Amino acid sequence: MPTMNIIQAVNDALKIQMRQDDRVVVLGEDVGKFGGVFRATSGLQEEFGQERVVDTPLSEAGIIGTSIGMALYGMRPVPEIQFADFIYPAFDHIVNELAKYRYRSGGQYTCPVVIRTPYGGGIKGGHYHSQSNESYWVHTPGLKVVIPSNPYDAKGLLLSAMRQDDPVVFMEPKRVYRAAKGDVPEGDYTIEIGKAKVVREGRQVTLIAYGSMLHTAVEAAKKAEAEGIDVEVIDLRSLVPLDIDTVIGSVEKTGRCVIVQEAPKTGGFAAELIALINEKALLSLEAPVVRVTGWDTPFPYTLDLEYLPSPERVLQGLRKVVNF
Amino acid sequence: MSLIEFKVGASGVQNVPFSVLRADDTADPALMPDIPESDLRALYRTMVLTRAFDARMFTLQRQGRLGFYLACTGEEAATVGSAYALKPEDWVFPCYREQGCYLWRGVTVQEMAHQCYGNALDHTKGRQMPVHYSFRAQNIVSISSPLAVQLPQAVGTAWAAKLRHDPIVTLTYFGEGSTSEGDFHVGLNFAGVYKTPTIFFLRNNGWAISTPREVQTASENFAMKAAAYGFEGVLVDGNDILAVIAATQDAVEKARNGGGPTLIEAVTYRVGSHSTSDDPSAYRNEADVKVWEEKDPVQRFQRYLAKRGIWTPEWEAELQAAVKAEVDEAVQNAEKAAAPTPETLFDDVFAEMPAFLQEQRAELLDSLKETR
Repeated sequence: MPTMNIIQAVNDALKIQMRQDDRVVVLGEDVGKFGGVFRATSGLQEEFGQERVVDTPLSEAGIIGTSIGMALYGMRPVPEIQFADFIYPAFDHIVNELAKYRYRSGGQYTCPVVIRTPYGGGIKGGHYHSQSNESYWVHTPGLKVVIPSNPYDAKGLLLSAMRQDDPVVFMEPKRVYRAAKGDVPEGDYTIEIGKAKVVREGRQVTLIAYGSMLHTAVEAAKKAEAEGIDVEVIDLRSLVPLDIDTVIGSVEKTGRCVIVQEAPKTGGFAAELIALINEKALLSLEAPVVRVTGWDTPFPYTLDLEYLPSPERVLQGLRKVVNF
Repeated sequence: MSLIEFKVGASGVQNVPFSVLRADDTADPALMPDIPESDLRALYRTMVLTRAFDARMFTLQRQGRLGFYLACTGEEAATVGSAYALKPEDWVFPCYREQGCYLWRGVTVQEMAHQCYGNALDHTKGRQMPVHYSFRAQNIVSISSPLAVQLPQAVGTAWAAKLRHDPIVTLTYFGEGSTSEGDFHVGLNFAGVYKTPTIFFLRNNGWAISTPREVQTASENFAMKAAAYGFEGVLVDGNDILAVIAATQDAVEKARNGGGPTLIEAVTYRVGSHSTSDDPSAYRNEADVKVWEEKDPVQRFQRYLAKRGIWTPEWEAELQAAVKAEVDEAVQNAEKAAAPTPETLFDDVFAEMPAFLQEQRAELLDSLKETR
């Protein structure tokens, strides 16, 4: 089995799907001849031509707006927004149009667009190349929100996303784009969207993360093990739909929970998880659920590592729930 | 190929709208598009039906029987005429004041009335405000309240058709206010770059709610903006249905033959209010409105048809009676139809209903049981 990083896995998924389905069109800024600023679409234009792998004018609203029009006509556009921080000019198209097309047309029209976008900090990108804006999409009815943490999941989830009929925001953890390597099967396979993965079993604390923070969580779990804390780590893989059964099953078993998210604290996905745990498993809890998150500040340039949840901060959270 | 010779002003910009109808209510034979008499009758009927439906729905709102309405009075020529130039397989991306287009494409007043009442027979299942239609069978996409979002979408559909080698065009409607939105620039720019078969049909009706045309742009007109995107813009008398047809047919033929997009500015006037929530007497001079009422597109077309011996007072009486009966029946049926059932609230958010929505649906239904 070949070893790939996340970029190679994404690239592989795009190639597989484009070979199978001539409705798939990749469009975005610098995705064609150059193969994308992160090289995720490298080699696609050579193989599939300029009509299916399109360098667009520099306009996120145009990329998403025209993708919607293409999807209405039966195509399967997979637009790339170069950085999640640059997606806001397309916000109206995503939130009011793409997400709602099926609903507001009474099911007459569908918009199966998969928006790929690198997100997250830790690459010295400052405010405009580091944001984790998943909460906006989670809060928008009609969108699926998928965030892989590793190459195997990235390929299988992206193939699933391109084969279903709803719009998807597919957020790629750019901090571990190249660092997260792993065995990835050649050829075709899919991973069901809406299924979390227990990446490490444990009895004492449930530790929930997704995307690049999964790696921080695993590192913290290893450190905790050295202290005798037995941690179960769950990789959510998709936020909408959320695999709430896996979360609740684990919390009922451990009675303790820490959630890691690099987005700002207030109104973040961790808050939603805590609400759900309270609704469904409050009486199983031995301690209040702890959030380890980014701060409620804009994403900083120099102090980025102080902003981001670190394994140490996660470990402190684990100790807090265990010693409650 | 083009019948249209544009009248260019001193600045080199076309500043006299193209027209076919002359002051004496005859058509300029050199410019007259080829339209069979049966179509002329059908076009007139559609204009009359549009006006009658608008008038009735507006009244129903005033009577408190309908939540909201938005009429296209005075703009019937622009929307019926442009629709005439399209084929059924072409796609329409409306703004929200194009009733004439929908009716020409075969949508019934019954379907429109059901939507305005948001009942269970409404194609949009009661999910959108009145006049926010969606008609899949006629390739008319869902109407959005935010302005100009439909322009990039119309370009995307045209672009997809081009990639598939399907000989269709897309036509998108918008008002002059929409040209101030970023999506106007985005849509025209993408259309120019990829040379998509898209017709940008701008209804310049003078007003964006209370904001006059002068506040939207410092340009001499709107049609000239097309030049900046590398394609043709034309200025047309929007109250002259024959001119609208000729100009749109030209643009459609060009687009279908690979010639790319066109911007058509149809100069017209919003004779009525923006919507039932608006009172134009607060911001505009009624004398200005009078001037435009004299240029009424339905009256002008009627006088033209009368000169040709097609229109007669007897036919008008017949037509008015038939249209009234059609609208009456549509309204009665729409008022009688049941509302959508509560469980449908959760349909069509996703292709398949995820567990969390099934849970919320059960919660709503349980709560309704308890409160009833």
